[in-house]
Amino acid sequence: MYGRKVKLRFLFVSTILLILILTVFLVLKSLEENVVYFQSPSEIKSLTELTNNKIRVGGMVKKNSISMNSNEVNFIITDFKNEINVTYSGAVPNLFEEGKGVVAEGVLKDRNFFSATKILAKHDENYMPPEVKAALEEN
Amino acid sequence: MFKLLEPNKIFQITSKAPKYVLFLFVVVLSVGLVEALILSPEDYKQSDAVRIMYVHVPAAWISLGIFSSITVLSISGFIFKNKNFFLISKSLAPSGFVFNIIALVTGSIWGKPTWGTWWAWDARITSMLILALFYALYLISWRIYENEEKVFKISTFITILGIINVPIIKYSVDWWNTLHQPASINILSKSTIHSSMLYPLLIMTAAFALFSLLIFLMKYNTELIKIKNKGLDRL
Repeated sequence: MYGRKVKLRFLFVSTILLILILTVFLVLKSLEENVVYFQSPSEIKSLTELTNNKIRVGGMVKKNSISMNSNEVNFIITDFKNEINVTYSGAVPNLFEEGKGVVAEGVLKDRNFFSATKILAKHDENYMPPEVKAALEEN
Repeated sequence: MFKLLEPNKIFQITSKAPKYVLFLFVVVLSVGLVEALILSPEDYKQSDAVRIMYVHVPAAWISLGIFSSITVLSISGFIFKNKNFFLISKSLAPSGFVFNIIALVTGSIWGKPTWGTWWAWDARITSMLILALFYALYLISWRIYENEEKVFKISTFITILGIINVPIIKYSVDWWNTLHQPASINILSKSTIHSSMLYPLLIMTAAFALFSLLIFLMKYNTELIKIKNKGLDRL
Protein backbone atom coordinates (compact mmCIF):
# COMPACT_ATOMS: atom_id res chain seq x y z
CA MET A 1 0.00 0.00 0.00
CA TYR A 2 2.75 2.41 0.94
CA GLY A 3 5.87 2.95 -1.12
CA ARG A 4 9.23 1.44 -0.35
CA LYS A 5 10.61 4.79 0.81
CA VAL A 6 7.80 5.25 3.32
CA LYS A 7 8.49 1.82 4.79
CA LEU A 8 12.21 2.57 4.91
CA ARG A 9 11.66 5.83 6.78
CA PHE A 10 9.28 4.10 9.18
CA LEU A 11 11.93 1.47 9.89
CA PHE A 12 14.55 4.20 10.33
CA VAL A 13 12.48 6.12 12.91
CA SER A 14 11.53 2.94 14.79
CA THR A 15 15.17 1.87 15.04
CA ILE A 16 16.28 5.25 16.35
CA LEU A 17 13.46 5.26 18.90
CA LEU A 18 14.31 1.73 20.05
CA ILE A 19 18.01 2.50 20.46
CA LEU A 20 17.26 5.69 22.37
CA ILE A 21 14.81 3.98 24.70
CA LEU A 22 17.38 1.29 25.44
CA THR A 23 20.10 3.88 26.07
CA VAL A 24 17.94 5.95 28.40
CA PHE A 25 16.82 2.82 30.24
CA LEU A 26 20.40 1.70 30.85
CA VAL A 27 21.53 5.17 31.90
CA LEU A 28 18.65 5.51 34.39
CA LYS A 29 19.26 2.01 35.70
CA SER A 30 22.89 2.77 36.46
CA LEU A 31 22.08 6.16 37.93
CA GLU A 32 19.24 4.89 40.09
CA GLU A 33 20.98 5.92 43.29
CA ASN A 34 21.10 9.49 42.13
CA VAL A 35 17.59 9.56 40.75
CA VAL A 36 15.90 8.67 44.03
CA TYR A 37 15.20 11.74 46.10
CA PHE A 38 15.49 10.03 49.47
CA GLN A 39 16.28 6.70 51.09
CA SER A 40 14.05 4.76 53.43
CA PRO A 41 15.16 3.79 56.98
CA SER A 42 15.52 0.18 55.76
CA GLU A 43 17.93 1.29 53.06
CA ILE A 44 19.92 3.24 55.65
CA LYS A 45 20.09 0.15 57.86
CA SER A 46 21.54 -1.89 55.04
CA LEU A 47 24.24 0.64 54.14
CA THR A 48 27.66 -0.97 54.20
CA GLU A 49 29.51 2.22 55.07
CA LEU A 50 28.36 5.53 56.46
CA THR A 51 29.36 8.73 54.75
CA ASN A 52 29.55 12.24 56.07
CA ASN A 53 27.86 13.51 52.93
CA LYS A 54 24.47 15.12 52.99
CA ILE A 55 21.73 12.54 52.37
CA ARG A 56 17.94 12.47 52.56
CA VAL A 57 15.88 10.05 54.57
CA GLY A 58 12.17 9.73 53.96
CA GLY A 59 9.19 7.86 55.35
CA MET A 60 6.36 8.39 57.77
CA VAL A 61 6.59 10.34 61.00
CA LYS A 62 5.92 7.69 63.64
CA LYS A 63 2.77 8.24 65.74
CA ASN A 64 3.46 9.83 69.14
CA SER A 65 7.13 10.26 68.36
CA ILE A 66 7.38 14.02 67.99
CA SER A 67 8.86 15.82 70.95
CA MET A 68 9.54 19.51 70.74
CA ASN A 69 11.42 21.76 73.06
CA SER A 70 12.52 25.36 72.71
CA ASN A 71 15.25 24.77 70.18
CA GLU A 72 14.92 21.22 68.96
CA VAL A 73 12.48 18.85 67.33
CA ASN A 74 12.95 15.13 67.76
CA PHE A 75 10.95 12.51 65.93
CA ILE A 76 11.18 9.06 64.39
CA ILE A 77 10.97 8.32 60.67
CA THR A 78 9.57 4.88 59.96
CA ASP A 79 8.85 2.76 56.91
CA PHE A 80 7.00 0.27 59.13
CA LYS A 81 9.98 -2.10 59.02
CA ASN A 82 12.84 0.01 60.33
CA GLU A 83 13.03 3.36 62.02
CA ILE A 84 15.51 6.16 62.45
CA ASN A 85 15.69 8.92 65.07
CA VAL A 86 15.91 12.45 63.75
CA THR A 87 16.93 15.62 65.53
CA TYR A 88 16.35 18.99 63.94
CA SER A 89 16.48 22.59 65.02
CA GLY A 90 14.46 25.08 63.04
CA ALA A 91 10.99 25.65 61.72
CA VAL A 92 9.05 22.68 60.36
CA PRO A 93 6.69 23.02 57.36
CA ASN A 94 2.93 23.36 57.96
CA LEU A 95 2.12 19.87 56.79
CA PHE A 96 4.66 18.23 59.08
CA GLU A 97 2.54 15.94 61.25
CA GLU A 98 2.56 12.58 62.96
CA GLY A 99 1.50 9.76 60.69
CA LYS A 100 2.30 11.77 57.56
CA GLY A 101 5.12 11.67 55.07
CA VAL A 102 8.36 13.49 55.66
CA VAL A 103 11.77 13.89 54.03
CA ALA A 104 14.72 14.94 56.18
CA GLU A 105 17.95 16.26 54.70
CA GLY A 106 21.14 16.11 56.75
CA VAL A 107 23.89 13.79 57.90
CA LEU A 108 23.86 10.39 59.57
CA LYS A 109 25.38 10.17 63.03
CA ASP A 110 25.07 6.41 62.94
CA ARG A 111 22.53 3.94 61.57
CA ASN A 112 19.94 5.01 64.13
CA PHE A 113 20.53 8.72 64.49
CA PHE A 114 20.12 11.37 61.87
CA SER A 115 20.87 15.03 62.29
CA ALA A 116 18.67 17.02 59.92
CA THR A 117 19.39 20.44 58.50
CA LYS A 118 16.17 20.67 56.53
CA ILE A 119 12.73 19.11 56.90
CA LEU A 120 10.31 18.75 54.02
CA ALA A 121 6.74 17.54 54.35
CA LYS A 122 5.65 14.95 51.80
CA HIS A 123 1.92 14.87 51.28
CA ASP A 124 0.01 12.01 49.73
CA GLU A 125 -2.27 11.82 46.71
CA ASN A 126 -5.54 12.00 48.67
CA TYR A 127 -7.60 15.12 48.25
CA MET A 128 -10.95 15.57 49.97
CA PRO A 129 -12.97 18.14 51.88
CA PRO A 130 -12.67 18.11 55.71
CA GLU A 131 -16.25 16.80 56.12
CA VAL A 132 -15.48 13.75 54.02
CA LYS A 133 -12.33 13.10 56.02
CA ALA A 134 -14.32 13.36 59.26
CA ALA A 135 -16.96 10.96 57.91
CA LEU A 136 -14.25 8.50 56.86
CA GLU A 137 -12.70 8.58 60.30
CA GLU A 138 -16.02 7.85 61.97
CA ASN A 139 -16.40 4.63 60.01
CA MET B 1 -11.41 13.82 2.70
CA PHE B 2 -8.20 15.15 1.14
CA LYS B 3 -10.09 18.04 -0.39
CA LEU B 4 -10.47 19.32 3.13
CA LEU B 5 -6.73 19.59 3.44
CA GLU B 6 -6.42 22.18 0.72
CA PRO B 7 -4.95 25.35 2.19
CA ASN B 8 -7.84 27.49 1.04
CA LYS B 9 -10.39 25.28 2.75
CA ILE B 10 -8.34 25.09 5.92
CA PHE B 11 -7.78 28.81 5.80
CA GLN B 12 -11.50 29.43 5.71
CA ILE B 13 -11.84 27.48 8.94
CA THR B 14 -8.77 28.80 10.75
CA SER B 15 -9.59 32.42 10.03
CA LYS B 16 -13.15 32.17 11.29
CA ALA B 17 -12.89 29.67 14.14
CA PRO B 18 -10.77 31.70 16.63
CA LYS B 19 -13.56 34.05 17.68
CA TYR B 20 -15.87 31.15 18.52
CA VAL B 21 -13.11 29.34 20.35
CA LEU B 22 -12.27 32.53 22.25
CA PHE B 23 -15.91 32.91 23.31
CA LEU B 24 -16.07 29.29 24.45
CA PHE B 25 -12.75 29.66 26.27
CA VAL B 26 -13.95 32.71 28.21
CA VAL B 27 -17.17 30.92 29.22
CA VAL B 28 -15.47 27.69 30.30
CA LEU B 29 -12.65 29.53 32.08
CA SER B 30 -15.14 31.68 34.02
CA VAL B 31 -17.10 28.62 35.12
CA GLY B 32 -13.86 26.80 35.94
CA LEU B 33 -12.44 29.65 38.01
CA VAL B 34 -15.66 30.13 39.98
CA GLU B 35 -15.78 26.38 40.65
CA ALA B 36 -12.08 26.14 41.53
CA LEU B 37 -11.65 29.28 43.60
CA ILE B 38 -15.04 29.69 45.27
CA LEU B 39 -17.38 26.70 45.05
CA SER B 40 -14.96 23.81 45.54
CA PRO B 41 -14.20 22.83 49.13
CA GLU B 42 -10.86 23.31 50.81
CA ASP B 43 -8.68 20.27 51.37
CA TYR B 44 -8.71 18.54 54.78
CA LYS B 45 -4.96 18.81 54.96
CA GLN B 46 -3.78 21.61 52.73
CA SER B 47 -6.87 23.84 53.16
CA ASP B 48 -6.85 26.62 50.54
CA ALA B 49 -3.39 25.83 49.20
CA VAL B 50 -5.01 22.97 47.28
CA ARG B 51 -6.53 25.50 44.87
CA ILE B 52 -3.19 25.87 43.10
CA MET B 53 -3.85 22.33 41.86
CA TYR B 54 -6.60 23.62 39.54
CA VAL B 55 -3.98 25.48 37.52
CA HIS B 56 -0.95 23.27 38.11
CA VAL B 57 -2.35 19.88 37.09
CA PRO B 58 -4.23 20.96 33.91
CA ALA B 59 -1.16 22.93 32.77
CA ALA B 60 1.05 19.87 33.23
CA TRP B 61 -1.44 17.61 31.42
CA ILE B 62 -1.77 19.95 28.46
CA SER B 63 1.99 20.38 28.12
CA LEU B 64 2.49 16.60 28.09
CA GLY B 65 -0.41 16.12 25.67
CA ILE B 66 0.89 18.72 23.25
CA PHE B 67 4.40 17.32 23.30
CA SER B 68 3.04 13.85 22.53
CA SER B 69 0.95 15.30 19.70
CA ILE B 70 3.82 17.18 18.08
CA THR B 71 5.94 14.02 18.27
CA VAL B 72 3.32 11.88 16.53
CA LEU B 73 2.71 14.63 13.94
CA SER B 74 6.41 15.18 13.30
CA ILE B 75 7.15 11.48 12.90
CA SER B 76 4.14 11.05 10.58
CA GLY B 77 5.24 14.13 8.65
CA PHE B 78 8.71 12.66 8.30
CA ILE B 79 7.53 9.21 7.23
CA PHE B 80 4.82 10.36 4.82
CA LYS B 81 6.63 13.53 3.73
CA ASN B 82 3.68 15.70 4.65
CA LYS B 83 4.54 19.34 5.17
CA ASN B 84 1.18 20.13 6.72
CA PHE B 85 1.90 17.91 9.75
CA PHE B 86 5.06 19.89 10.46
CA LEU B 87 3.20 23.18 10.29
CA ILE B 88 0.56 21.87 12.73
CA SER B 89 3.34 20.75 15.09
CA LYS B 90 5.09 24.09 14.84
CA SER B 91 1.84 25.91 15.64
CA LEU B 92 1.04 23.68 18.60
CA ALA B 93 4.40 23.94 20.32
CA PRO B 94 4.29 27.48 21.79
CA SER B 95 1.22 26.89 23.97
CA GLY B 96 2.65 23.56 25.15
CA PHE B 97 5.82 25.33 26.18
CA VAL B 98 3.92 28.06 28.00
CA PHE B 99 1.84 25.50 29.93
CA ASN B 100 4.99 23.60 30.82
CA ILE B 101 6.46 26.76 32.35
CA ILE B 102 3.15 27.46 34.13
CA ALA B 103 3.22 23.93 35.60
CA LEU B 104 6.77 24.46 36.89
CA VAL B 105 6.08 27.90 38.34
CA THR B 106 2.77 26.98 40.01
CA GLY B 107 4.40 23.78 41.30
CA SER B 108 7.07 25.89 42.91
CA ILE B 109 4.48 28.22 44.46
CA TRP B 110 2.53 25.18 45.73
CA GLY B 111 5.67 23.50 47.06
CA LYS B 112 6.59 26.30 49.43
CA PRO B 113 3.49 26.21 51.70
CA THR B 114 3.06 22.42 51.55
CA TRP B 115 6.47 20.74 51.30
CA GLY B 116 8.42 23.66 52.70
CA THR B 117 10.61 24.26 49.67
CA TRP B 118 10.38 26.13 46.38
CA TRP B 119 12.36 23.54 44.46
CA ALA B 120 13.52 19.95 44.88
CA TRP B 121 15.65 17.98 42.47
CA ASP B 122 13.32 15.01 42.58
CA ALA B 123 12.60 12.85 39.54
CA ARG B 124 9.19 14.33 38.67
CA ILE B 125 10.25 17.95 38.89
CA THR B 126 13.58 17.44 37.14
CA SER B 127 12.02 15.45 34.28
CA MET B 128 9.42 18.20 33.85
CA LEU B 129 12.24 20.74 33.61
CA ILE B 130 13.90 18.58 30.96
CA LEU B 131 10.64 18.60 28.99
CA ALA B 132 10.73 22.41 29.05
CA LEU B 133 14.27 22.27 27.64
CA PHE B 134 13.11 20.01 24.82
CA TYR B 135 10.26 22.39 24.06
CA ALA B 136 12.77 25.24 23.97
CA LEU B 137 15.08 23.27 21.66
CA TYR B 138 12.17 22.46 19.38
CA LEU B 139 11.06 26.08 19.14
CA ILE B 140 14.64 27.31 18.63
CA SER B 141 15.23 24.78 15.84
CA TRP B 142 12.44 26.43 13.83
CA ARG B 143 14.11 29.81 14.28
CA ILE B 144 17.69 28.99 13.39
CA TYR B 145 17.29 26.76 10.33
CA GLU B 146 16.20 28.45 7.13
CA ASN B 147 16.21 25.32 5.02
CA GLU B 148 12.84 23.60 5.27
CA GLU B 149 14.05 20.05 4.69
CA LYS B 150 16.64 20.52 7.40
CA VAL B 151 14.27 21.97 10.00
CA PHE B 152 11.77 19.15 9.39
CA LYS B 153 14.43 16.55 10.12
CA ILE B 154 15.99 18.32 13.09
CA SER B 155 12.70 19.18 14.78
CA THR B 156 11.52 15.58 14.33
CA PHE B 157 14.71 14.31 15.90
CA ILE B 158 14.25 16.66 18.87
CA THR B 159 10.70 15.37 19.43
CA ILE B 160 11.90 11.75 19.26
CA LEU B 161 14.54 12.50 21.89
CA GLY B 162 12.02 14.35 24.02
CA ILE B 163 9.20 11.80 23.83
CA ILE B 164 11.27 9.25 25.78
CA ASN B 165 11.08 11.67 28.67
CA VAL B 166 7.26 11.72 28.66
CA PRO B 167 6.68 8.22 30.16
CA ILE B 168 9.52 8.99 32.57
CA ILE B 169 7.60 12.04 33.78
CA LYS B 170 4.41 10.01 34.13
CA TYR B 171 5.92 7.09 36.03
CA SER B 172 8.74 8.90 37.89
CA VAL B 173 6.57 9.07 41.00
CA ASP B 174 5.98 5.29 40.91
CA TRP B 175 9.45 4.10 39.92
CA TRP B 176 11.51 6.14 42.39
CA ASN B 177 11.21 7.79 45.76
CA THR B 178 10.16 11.33 45.01
CA LEU B 179 9.01 14.28 47.05
CA HIS B 180 6.17 14.71 44.56
CA GLN B 181 3.09 12.65 45.43
CA PRO B 182 1.84 9.89 43.08
CA ALA B 183 -1.03 10.45 40.67
CA SER B 184 -4.46 11.04 42.21
CA ILE B 185 -6.41 10.32 39.07
CA ASN B 186 -6.20 6.80 37.76
CA ILE B 187 -7.99 5.37 34.80
CA LEU B 188 -7.82 1.77 35.92
CA SER B 189 -8.27 2.11 39.66
CA LYS B 190 -10.28 4.42 41.87
CA SER B 191 -9.18 8.05 41.93
CA THR B 192 -8.03 9.43 45.26
CA ILE B 193 -9.45 12.87 44.68
CA HIS B 194 -12.95 13.69 45.88
CA SER B 195 -15.50 14.35 43.12
CA SER B 196 -16.15 17.89 44.42
CA MET B 197 -12.52 18.63 43.54
CA LEU B 198 -12.34 16.49 40.42
CA TYR B 199 -14.99 18.37 38.44
CA PRO B 200 -13.42 21.83 38.80
CA LEU B 201 -10.13 20.22 37.77
CA LEU B 202 -11.69 18.78 34.60
CA ILE B 203 -13.39 22.08 33.74
CA MET B 204 -10.09 23.93 34.11
CA THR B 205 -8.44 21.33 31.89
CA ALA B 206 -11.09 21.96 29.23
CA ALA B 207 -10.49 25.71 29.56
CA PHE B 208 -6.72 25.31 29.09
CA ALA B 209 -7.25 22.96 26.15
CA LEU B 210 -9.48 25.59 24.52
CA PHE B 211 -6.80 28.21 25.10
CA SER B 212 -4.23 25.96 23.41
CA LEU B 213 -6.63 25.45 20.52
CA LEU B 214 -7.07 29.20 20.20
CA ILE B 215 -3.33 29.91 20.12
CA PHE B 216 -2.87 26.99 17.74
CA LEU B 217 -5.48 28.31 15.29
CA MET B 218 -3.91 31.76 15.30
CA LYS B 219 -0.39 30.39 14.76
CA TYR B 220 -1.53 27.97 12.10
CA ASN B 221 -3.41 30.74 10.34
CA THR B 222 -0.18 32.72 10.16
CA GLU B 223 1.63 29.75 8.62
CA LEU B 224 -1.09 29.45 5.98
CA ILE B 225 -0.86 33.15 5.17
CA LYS B 226 2.89 32.72 4.70
CA ILE B 227 2.24 29.92 2.21
CA LYS B 228 -0.34 32.03 0.40
CA ASN B 229 2.10 34.90 0.13
CA LYS B 230 4.63 32.61 -1.47
CA GLY B 231 2.02 31.96 -4.12
CA LEU B 232 1.78 28.25 -3.47
CA ASP B 233 -1.60 26.65 -3.79
CA ARG B 234 -0.84 23.36 -2.12
CA LEU B 235 0.90 22.19 0.99
